[in-house]
Amino acid sequence: MAAVEAEGAGVDTADQEDDIIKLINMHKWYGQFHVLKNINLFVRPGERIVICGPSGSGKSTLIRCINRLEEHQQGEIIVNGVELTNDLKNIDAIRREVGMVFQHFNLFPHLTVLQNLTLGPIWVRQVPKREAEETAMQYLERVKIPEQAAKYPGQLSGGQQQRVAIARSLCMNPKIMLFDEPTSALDPEMIKEVLDVMVGLAETGMTMLCVTHEMGFAKTVANRVIFMDMGEIIEENDPFEFFDNPQSDRTKLFLSQILHH
Amino acid sequence: MTDTTATPSATSGGQTYEPGTHPDLPSPVRTEGPIFWIQKNLLSSPLNVVLTVLGGLLIFFTIPPFLDWAIFDAAFTGESRKDCEAVASGACWAFIDERLHLFVYGFYPVDERWRVNLSFLLLAIALYFVLYDGAPYRKYGLWYAVAFPFIAGWLLVGDGAIVKSVTTDQFGGIMLTLVIGVTGIAFSLPLGILLALGRYSNLPAVKLLCVCFIEAIRGVPLITLLFVASTMLNYFLPPGTQFDLVLRVLIMVTLFSSAYIAEVIRGGLQAIPKGQFEAGDSLGLKYWSSMRLVVLPQALKISIPGIVNTFIGLFKDTTLVIVIGLLDPLGIGRASLADIKWGGLAEEMYVFIAIFFFICCFSMSRYSLYLEKKLHTGHKR
Ligand SMILES: Nc1ncnc2c1ncn2[C@@H]1O[C@H](COP(=O)(O)OP(=O)(O)O)[C@@H](O)[C@H]1O
Ligand SMILES: [Mg+2]
Repeated sequence: MAAVEAEGAGVDTADQEDDIIKLINMHKWYGQFHVLKNINLFVRPGERIVICGPSGSGKSTLIRCINRLEEHQQGEIIVNGVELTNDLKNIDAIRREVGMVFQHFNLFPHLTVLQNLTLGPIWVRQVPKREAEETAMQYLERVKIPEQAAKYPGQLSGGQQQRVAIARSLCMNPKIMLFDEPTSALDPEMIKEVLDVMVGLAETGMTMLCVTHEMGFAKTVANRVIFMDMGEIIEENDPFEFFDNPQSDRTKLFLSQILHH
Repeated sequence: MTDTTATPSATSGGQTYEPGTHPDLPSPVRTEGPIFWIQKNLLSSPLNVVLTVLGGLLIFFTIPPFLDWAIFDAAFTGESRKDCEAVASGACWAFIDERLHLFVYGFYPVDERWRVNLSFLLLAIALYFVLYDGAPYRKYGLWYAVAFPFIAGWLLVGDGAIVKSVTTDQFGGIMLTLVIGVTGIAFSLPLGILLALGRYSNLPAVKLLCVCFIEAIRGVPLITLLFVASTMLNYFLPPGTQFDLVLRVLIMVTLFSSAYIAEVIRGGLQAIPKGQFEAGDSLGLKYWSSMRLVVLPQALKISIPGIVNTFIGLFKDTTLVIVIGLLDPLGIGRASLADIKWGGLAEEMYVFIAIFFFICCFSMSRYSLYLEKKLHTGHKR
């Protein structure tokens, strides 16, 4: 698969009936600024997609549109069979199925690690407290920090905080996980511990959309790499092909920049 | 040390160590002990020495004379000013002692004063549950605290059936101060939170309403609002409505301080990073859950100093009710000065009232510091 076809080259949605995420001819503007242009993206359940591209190309905006942290103005976004519209019920339904991990963790500083993890299950899913805590401890074990349950986020290292953030999303039992540069605020020695958790998560068959420039991660885990520039999807390919044999000039330029720093 | 070669590092306290084997040594600089404290805080520079001496003189010339007047040369018993002057040259506390019931209960009927005492007790219990988070059965205690203003209101005013009615023009003194202060504090906090959320919200109509309310109230002196309460409100109410003066004052004081509280809390809301709202949203929390569980706990924590500052202001502003004819302790005190028997013991009266207000306000201030420390979870970054 080479560079994505031009606008209007009709996308056959009938074939993609069971895709878990569908972005069809989607556009977004910030005021007058056209930040996402004719995005078409189809994700199959269990698929793992890495999104990369230069800073300001719209990667964050794209994944934030998927759980309506940002609103799109044109085209369709269908997640898990529900279309994202202004209907609050749909937004709610989608947010229940989509977990999100942020670059700066965004843990709740006034709550302990355990309370961070149980907040969603208790107040959104109405899980009894005891049960929510048991689940939370299981996930803390999975991200390998059960001993930190009683601490506050401010007392943890960056890598530990990001693992807590991943566990917090997982506690909601989502079908899809979105990652927005989960390792780029971390010191180098902490990146691996977070990536390990994400690789482990990929092995469970979770559908993952991940904005990252970690090439090793992309090659181990991703089914597809998507390259964005200036609000458009420029190239979409298998990870090995993408890094070893980029098609467009912009991709080549971008790769030469991230590889030579 | 810029030395990067593998030579043994230079002397530390006359000792040499191989690279990588240097132990932790105690600092040669003194950092504790009373002598260090005096040096650091009182004598660290010539200016500091001068200020220390001046401060010492100020204390020497004010505190002992005051203590002499207030305690050592004071008279605590007596029937009149003459009795006091016969035995002591200092303060005549017998005056305050004789009038204490007036200062505390105002003109509340003598036979019914147990109701005031009982409300004081109930208030203490409510404060215990609200302020002390280790209290047993705190959850129920907090519900009780929410109900307290209404219970106390019923107890103090009466219903004419179970307890006798007492008209509010008999309220006065410390009891009146507490009625206004506690009601103002208890109701202005939730109202202030709602106003702040309204002003911070995305809904234009709600926002406009809150902005107008806050700015209108903040733009007018409290005294003016109290006059409005005592006179003009009649024009706005349907003719013939009987609307208690103290109740009107309570409403005005509450509205007044809620506008300030709202602005303080809005400052706190603005300090919450966008990421916190987004994390709440992405977990699927609805607006009110997100506010209650994620945003407000953090915003209120930041706002504690400002909120308590507003409460202290409110508490002291209760003395303004004197202008519409209600007699708070200050009003009672001034009325007492006219008593020929005691003949103008103004100092004693003002010092007594100052001490009462100081104790209340200083406690609030200390509690706010304690709360800030307790809520600090080490996340400053
Ligand atoms: N809330 C916003 N309002 C206006 N412009 C924005 C906003 N958020 C992002 N942008 C702009 O949109 C572009 C894409 O941003 P973003 O999606 O964060 O890029 P990326 O994540 O690829 O670095 C950037 O030029 C950025 O300045
Ligand atoms: Mg980004």
